[in-house]
Amino acid sequence: MIFAFLIQTLRIAVPYLFAAAGGVVAERAGVISLTLEGFMLSGAFGAALGAFYSGSPWVGVLCGALAGLLFGLLHAVASIRFRADQVVAGIAINLLAAGLTRFFLKLFFDSSSNSPRVPGFGSGAGTSLAAGVFSNPLVWMGLLVIPALAWWMYRTPFGLRVRAVGEHPQAAETLGVRVKRVRYVAVAMSGLLASLGGVYLALDQHQFTDGMTAGRGFIAIAAVIFGRWDPARAGIACLLFAAAETLQIQLQGAQLIPSQFVQMIPYALTIVALAGVVRRAVPPAALGRAD
Amino acid sequence: MTGADPGATMPGAPRPADAISMKGIVKRFGSVVANDGAELDVIAGEIHAVVGENGAGKSTMMRILAGLYAPDAGTVAVLGTDVTGWRTADAIAAGVGMVHQHFMLVPPLTIAENVILGREPTRGMAIDMPRAVAEVQRVAEEFGFEMDPHRRVADLSVGEAQRVEILKTLFRGARILILDEPTALLSPPEITELWRVLRRLRDSGGTIVLITHKLDEVMDVSRRITVMRHGRTVARLLTAETTPTEIARAMVGREVALMGAAPPAPSRSTASAGLSIANLVVSGSRRERAVDGVSLTVGAGEIVGIAGVEGNGQTELVEAIAGLRAVTSGTIALGTRDVTRLTVRARAAAGLAHIPEDRHRRGLILDYSIADNLILGDQHEYTKGATLDRGRIASQASEKIRQFDIRPPDATLAARGLSGGNQQKIVIAREMGDEFTVLLASQPTRGVDVGAIEFIHAELRAARDAGKAVLLVSAELTEILALSDRVAVMYGGRIAAALPRAEATTETLGPLMTGATLAGSAAS
Amino acid sequence: MSTPTARVQLEESLLPPFVALLIAVAAGDILILSFGQQPGDVWLTMLRGTWGNAYGFGQVLYKATTLIFTGLAVSLGVRAGMFNIGAEGQLAAGGGGAALTGLLFPAATPALLVIVACMVAASAAGGAVGYIPGALKARFGAHEVITTIMLNFIVLGFLNYLIAARIHVPETLHTPALATGFLTRLSEIASPFHGSAANASVLVAVAAAAVAGWYLFRTRAGYELRAVGLQPDAAEYGGVNVGRVWTKTLALSGALAGLGGINYVLGYKHYYEEGFASGAGFLGIAVALVGRSHPLGVVLAALFFATLSQGGLAINALVPKQMVEVLQGVVILAITASVPEVRRVLQLGRATPRAEHV
Repeated sequence: MIFAFLIQTLRIAVPYLFAAAGGVVAERAGVISLTLEGFMLSGAFGAALGAFYSGSPWVGVLCGALAGLLFGLLHAVASIRFRADQVVAGIAINLLAAGLTRFFLKLFFDSSSNSPRVPGFGSGAGTSLAAGVFSNPLVWMGLLVIPALAWWMYRTPFGLRVRAVGEHPQAAETLGVRVKRVRYVAVAMSGLLASLGGVYLALDQHQFTDGMTAGRGFIAIAAVIFGRWDPARAGIACLLFAAAETLQIQLQGAQLIPSQFVQMIPYALTIVALAGVVRRAVPPAALGRAD
Repeated sequence: MTGADPGATMPGAPRPADAISMKGIVKRFGSVVANDGAELDVIAGEIHAVVGENGAGKSTMMRILAGLYAPDAGTVAVLGTDVTGWRTADAIAAGVGMVHQHFMLVPPLTIAENVILGREPTRGMAIDMPRAVAEVQRVAEEFGFEMDPHRRVADLSVGEAQRVEILKTLFRGARILILDEPTALLSPPEITELWRVLRRLRDSGGTIVLITHKLDEVMDVSRRITVMRHGRTVARLLTAETTPTEIARAMVGREVALMGAAPPAPSRSTASAGLSIANLVVSGSRRERAVDGVSLTVGAGEIVGIAGVEGNGQTELVEAIAGLRAVTSGTIALGTRDVTRLTVRARAAAGLAHIPEDRHRRGLILDYSIADNLILGDQHEYTKGATLDRGRIASQASEKIRQFDIRPPDATLAARGLSGGNQQKIVIAREMGDEFTVLLASQPTRGVDVGAIEFIHAELRAARDAGKAVLLVSAELTEILALSDRVAVMYGGRIAAALPRAEATTETLGPLMTGATLAGSAAS
Repeated sequence: MSTPTARVQLEESLLPPFVALLIAVAAGDILILSFGQQPGDVWLTMLRGTWGNAYGFGQVLYKATTLIFTGLAVSLGVRAGMFNIGAEGQLAAGGGGAALTGLLFPAATPALLVIVACMVAASAAGGAVGYIPGALKARFGAHEVITTIMLNFIVLGFLNYLIAARIHVPETLHTPALATGFLTRLSEIASPFHGSAANASVLVAVAAAAVAGWYLFRTRAGYELRAVGLQPDAAEYGGVNVGRVWTKTLALSGALAGLGGINYVLGYKHYYEEGFASGAGFLGIAVALVGRSHPLGVVLAALFFATLSQGGLAINALVPKQMVEVLQGVVILAITASVPEVRRVLQLGRATPRAEHV
């Protein structure tokens, strides 16, 4: 029972972990990432497209990551090169991802709702849920992405530069750090990481469906803020939010609390964190400022 | 690659005279000319002072030297090599380091992380933190700094933070160190410590360029002096052969009468207090007690000047009086009325006028028209029901534009497009054009042209003569001395001393501004 | 009198939408060509299907109505220096509030009374949703962008709970229909509009734009609101309670978005249905952006985006209607990227003292 609960939690958490990792990277570099939803959606569609035409889920992973990377670069160009308002640019990226995936769904698959079945990871029907989850390499990657990110942020030169650039870009500049380049790389990485969350969704469900990310990118933003922009804490927030969802699914029959209220938990917690009821969540000092 | 060895002797400079040679430097920002053919020559192994008034182009010159700006014309040579238009990274690699006026430190990072940023020692893909810490510690010890590299910069004092800044340049093997107004925020013991560090650096073969406008510092530590004015180099002096008066004359371009510029104020009755402050404590953004128990009275018909190095609590004091900053304890009264807890608007109604220190941030809404700016703070008076009374706003605007000679005389123009002097005239017209009893004038002539300065000074004197109580805060000692009937000196959030105008001179005020007590200044 | 500054300001306002339009047309051409169609034909079809006949135009008006409300809501926030990303939730709350209020009245109640009650309820519901992030910002400094986004999900979840678990017509996600309080349809006055959903709400929307313009540019409250948006420190110096303006503005902004709910509930379907807002809140950001946060600009921009949206249906036989969603994204991205660029280019020719560098 507990094992099943943990497995289900993990399954729900994987997309959050990828997207939150992407959110942490971009925001720590000083670029607002309301874009996670769009990055995930583009990753999901890229994965379905690649897996469908190649027959290999790995090609799907590559195509999904590439789509995320391209959207990440688009956000980077708008926010860094053109100093666009990062909030607005993020919303535009999300609209663009939703529109383009729908348009291409029509163009490539002549459908307005979903792609055909595509190959994914996992051993298909008949095996247990646990076996299915653990045979999926993306689950393992999702588990590793947070520790890897924490190591990268806190132990490598580039991670140090990302943290410096998000707090005090002028200081980094005077030491010869190429601020814009660091931000470009961080936002592109953010697109790539978050898109893997979408890749996981598409390959797990063996198809792309319209709007399949269903607000998960915003839950990931909630996790980033609730985790106070720290990789480990954001990862824990993802697991927490996923556990709440699992609980809600498993208690559905019991009708203790309406499911809608359980679903509100991440959003309500984020508002509480921002208002500083326990300990105020303070964003990176240069977040959202292009200059 | 890691920090070079700062103990090594200077790499063979061809001629010692050529540590730095900047010739014919021109730099424009839009229509503003910051440097207009400026020159600088620094000999290796000396402490060289670059002095000049605010806006003389010193900082721009140094930023060009450090690779942050490229000059529009002119050449820069370091150690005999032409480096014109180089970038920050090139300057660092060539051993030129700059300590900025506003610290370039990342507060949440540790000292070690701040120091190694941009040239992190690595092992594999990761930062070799033990080695980084050891190297930071070694360089620190070599120059007599005591610090724990693991501490967060956010937790450091101003003096400690500055030492981290210097450490950053030394870690990069800097042999030429540029310091931009390094003492602006330091306490006297910290300043002494800084001079010790700089002399030690010089003795080990380093070259130091010091930007400042404080003449006592120049006389104290420098060997040679370059004086700048209006973007040009106007004098090169040997410290041992010059005097503060000579430097000051070169800085200002005319004979400066540091003393006795103001006609002695007629003695008047200060029986009726315009503004009384008692035991005021105010917390600032950086310090808990930015104003630390100030008591002060400004009588009707009197100008009290507050002198002091910026950052000693003057801003917080003025904001607290104006109602823009919460008071921790103590009282503020206008006449006999306690206004300590009143809103900005209620204080204005009680007779307070306020010329804020930063007109671009507070004093004006730059995108509003002249007319709309002239009612800021009085917007409740200019209404008809819920709407603004456009007719009255326009007529009072044309009245004040005429009365205060605001140019161009078009009330519909946005304030942003006006010159600094005319922008300040809008503020003056608004604050002094109507009834008031107490005036707070904070840096009233900052960044305005000479004509406007005279106009503003005349307005302030006229207000005094009309029986208003005026509290003047200025970083310009000459301005304080030219206008005040009494002078108070603020240091470390307290009133270090309050002197009648007759006793206030550069000689008596200078030591007080740097923390000496009255008795101590007599001894020095 | 046309001063140089005024001309530059006008250019600064009008150039970005123009640039964005050009980029959107270029992007549209690529999408159209990718589907093997002629761009000229498709654009012409789009125009004919929207402004070319009464039905299409009626639909444009209907869609523009909601967008005017949400666009005004976002604009009001922008003028006070805030981003209200919560118009989506505020609009839904307004629709829900209107429907729940309308259901209280029996069929015999005078329609006007019900309409007024529903309008008040819609504004109040949206205003309450807007008030929360305003108060959180004023009290705790919580950034309104994040709190409004999060509140969207909370509000939509709460409405989903009400509809799914409490009051709904079985097998649907909508409330029962109101018995009275319907707004007049345009087709009841002019028959060519038959079938289109345009209704008297459009008049309320235009009136709201006029009132918003009056409030922003004619009243003392508007003077203070814009001062807070331009320079909060200067506003504070001018005796304005900045926190109170933030709270008040976001509450008003929410009320405007909420009032938009009557277009669907009183003017079209006469019930609240889940998802009726369907992105109109987010599109309100685009409308405010293109309309440069000016009420007149908002009305024009709302018509533009409504045309695009209705135009998608008109061209669906040639190119998937999803193309217009892509174009919406392109327009927003292009305009937000070109605003700073245009300002920079225009300022090159303008004398701007930069004292901090001297």
